[in-house]
Amino acid sequence: MSAAIRIQQVSKRFGNVQALDGIDLEVQRGEFFGLLGPNGAGKTTLISALAGLVRADAGNLSVMGHDVQSDYRAARRLLGVVPQELVFDPFFTVRESLKIQSGYFGMGDNDRWIDEILENLGLTSKANANMRMLSGGMKRRVLVAQALVHRPPVIVLDEPTAGVDVELRQTLWHFIRRLNEAGHTIVLTTHYLEEAENLCTRIAMLKAGRVVALDTTANLLRRFSVHSLRLRTDGVMPEELTRQGAENGGWWSLPFDGFDEVEPLLAKIRAAGCSLKDLEIGKPDLEEVFVRVMQGQSQGQLN
Amino acid sequence: MRYGGFSTLLYKEVLRFWKVGSQTVGAPVLTALLYLLIFSHVLEGHVKVHGVIYTAFLIPGLVMMSVLQNAFANSSSSLIQSKVTGNIVFVLLPPISYLEFFAAYVLASVVRGLVVGTGVLFATFWFAPLTFAEPWWILVFALMGGAILGSLGVIAGIWADKFDQLAAFQNFLIMPLTFLSGVFYSINSLPPFWQQVSHWNPVFYMIDGFRHGFFGVSDASPWLSLAVVGTCLAVLTTLTLNLLKRGYKLRA
Ligand SMILES: Nc1ncnc2c1ncn2[C@@H]1O[C@H](COP(=O)(O)OP(=O)(O)OP(=O)(O)O)[C@@H](O)[C@H]1O
Ligand SMILES: [Mg+2]
Repeated sequence: MSAAIRIQQVSKRFGNVQALDGIDLEVQRGEFFGLLGPNGAGKTTLISALAGLVRADAGNLSVMGHDVQSDYRAARRLLGVVPQELVFDPFFTVRESLKIQSGYFGMGDNDRWIDEILENLGLTSKANANMRMLSGGMKRRVLVAQALVHRPPVIVLDEPTAGVDVELRQTLWHFIRRLNEAGHTIVLTTHYLEEAENLCTRIAMLKAGRVVALDTTANLLRRFSVHSLRLRTDGVMPEELTRQGAENGGWWSLPFDGFDEVEPLLAKIRAAGCSLKDLEIGKPDLEEVFVRVMQGQSQGQLN
Repeated sequence: MRYGGFSTLLYKEVLRFWKVGSQTVGAPVLTALLYLLIFSHVLEGHVKVHGVIYTAFLIPGLVMMSVLQNAFANSSSSLIQSKVTGNIVFVLLPPISYLEFFAAYVLASVVRGLVVGTGVLFATFWFAPLTFAEPWWILVFALMGGAILGSLGVIAGIWADKFDQLAAFQNFLIMPLTFLSGVFYSINSLPPFWQQVSHWNPVFYMIDGFRHGFFGVSDASPWLSLAVVGTCLAVLTTLTLNLLKRGYKLRA
């Protein structure tokens, strides 16, 4: 079975900016995949190349085995893209926009699915409102709805939660998760790393047009980030511990791998005559992984 | 509403101008009516062209000018607006081929041109006795002229990055071509030099052939006009399709 998305050696240059520099990436069917990277890393360019909005200078891209150039009809029918920019057509109402978008994909009578999308994105009461009258967050919802109108098996969301309130985030992720459970492949870009950590099972990190990390979320967390004991004490920390840890504003941070290491650590502190004033456990997080990856630490280099 | 990329895009483009009909249909009809009132008031009784009283001569010219200008306005303004606001992605993401894209925008332009043209005809034909000597020429030239200007509108809308570039295209190319084409006069009444210049203006043949359909007489033979207009249409269609196929300024 062909991959949901296959990207092979894709490069793209804009003037003297190498936006994509030999990207290789494969997303399997049914995955919830995260595409992360700082501003200008090339995420949107990569998505645009996949959607046929941008033509790659080199390499191949396909959606479920259909090349996005030579077999663009099939590829585009299988792909739903939520663009990063908040765009809308001011001439139409929400429902008109969705019906028109549906027609572009050759969908016949699609009203029931449109109603379902409207319902799930909390848009039912706005169905007959003109696009101009909607708030930014509501427009964002319509943008998501427009990408889903032809029931694409592969859905790509380019920063769908930028500037969006908590309620929509929750409704949106709830809906997208359900689609994922129903078998849709999801690719997501976001700058909210917590969101990516919670949702995505696999993540690629892009930097200056290159893939600099690609692994399951769990592996990335394990490799680039660790648990740590964060504590404040009034005594002098034993030297053995100060060597492995770091101090910042009176807080000591002591990394550990397994929870069975916690008790011996505390015992050493007690033995040194220190009493604890504060104690918390720092969990590995994607933000730390991201920062380390972007600082140039490649996989496996972490000590 | 019928479904499919082409038919939906055509429907959307027609709906788009229809929703702001007072601006896209009402205004140009009113403008043409004002031209008629002013020019016929000034010249009526002084001038006869091809044995036809001036006001009657003027009406088909105004109708065709409205068809052409509005066909151009439709595709060009729709495309530039979509590009500037970014909602052009809604048309670029679906599986719509460049042929369907072209056909839908051009046909919607023709529809707008015909709607406005018909409006102008209804608003003006009270003012003078009008005949329909060879009506098929009327239809042929209206359709072809609308398609040519609709196609030019696609090129201009895709080429222009900003509204003022489109305005320049309109003011320095479309307006002079349509005004200096014999809408308001027979080119036989011009000095020889300007007659020569007019013969190089394709819009002259569109108007002249269109007018032939009403009166059965014209400056040039309608067959010559058909050949010129047909060639223009073929050249512009090829050019526009080529730009669209390459994704010029639409797919980076
Ligand atoms: N149409 C274009 N013309 C010129 N340069 C472009 C164009 N599109 C993107 N770029 C450049 O390509 C690089 C990658 O941009 P891209 O939008 O893909 O980044 P991104 O990862 O999506 O960033 P962000 O997180 O800010 O959305 C940037 O340097 C950008 O300036
Ligand atoms: Mg982006």
